[in-house]
Amino acid sequence: MKADESIDCVGLYCPMPIVKTAEKIKQLKTGEILEIVADDKGIKADMPAWCKATGHECLGVEESKGEIKVYVKKVHE
Amino acid sequence: MSAKEKLTIVVFSDNLDKALAAFMLATTGATMDMEVEMFFTFWGLNIIKKNNTKIKSRGIKRKLFNLINRGGTDHIKLSKFNMLGVGTWMMKKLMKEINMPSLDEMIVMSHQMGVKLTPCTTTCALMGLPEDAFRSEVSEMAGAAYFLNEAKESQVTLFI
Repeated sequence: MKADESIDCVGLYCPMPIVKTAEKIKQLKTGEILEIVADDKGIKADMPAWCKATGHECLGVEESKGEIKVYVKKVHE
Repeated sequence: MSAKEKLTIVVFSDNLDKALAAFMLATTGATMDMEVEMFFTFWGLNIIKKNNTKIKSRGIKRKLFNLINRGGTDHIKLSKFNMLGVGTWMMKKLMKEINMPSLDEMIVMSHQMGVKLTPCTTTCALMGLPEDAFRSEVSEMAGAAYFLNEAKESQVTLFI
């Protein structure tokens, strides 16, 4: 998946990837996609839940060799 | 959009583990666009005390009490396996190893994210804690009615 911006959260545990995502998403424009690279499995459940709560869209979770990539589309300001 | 959802947390204990859990939930709540309020009472007040300040309290009982009831993030210990500080020291090392923010960093971070830290007036009076005993991130003191009103408007309320 193509993303407009990417953040590296490898080695970070809950709640830091979410905190970083929330920070970064503020800098994006509506409609842009943010890629979050992480290795904490918790993010697979956390990011969709965070998106549900904030109204942004979780486009998908990709996992390969312990690296997890999550894509979030900014829906509103 | 409708009014913001609210998360209110009573922080009653001053254990490192419990404080970390409370601040993790508070910071996460703030990222979820929730209005987060942390209400500190009894031992929980130790978490938000300044590190290494002499607390000027009135009366010999309170003075003695504050001599033993030390606060500040440097003095917060684990609820289990403290082992005269060795356990807590180890836990802090482990936290660093997995890049977890320290309790001190969590307090600063939550404040920057808009989490409100409120000390309880009655317990402050009881324990002889003046406003300047607390860190700069801490808001003004409030009482039980204030807390209950906040809790009534909250979707999530926790007692830690």
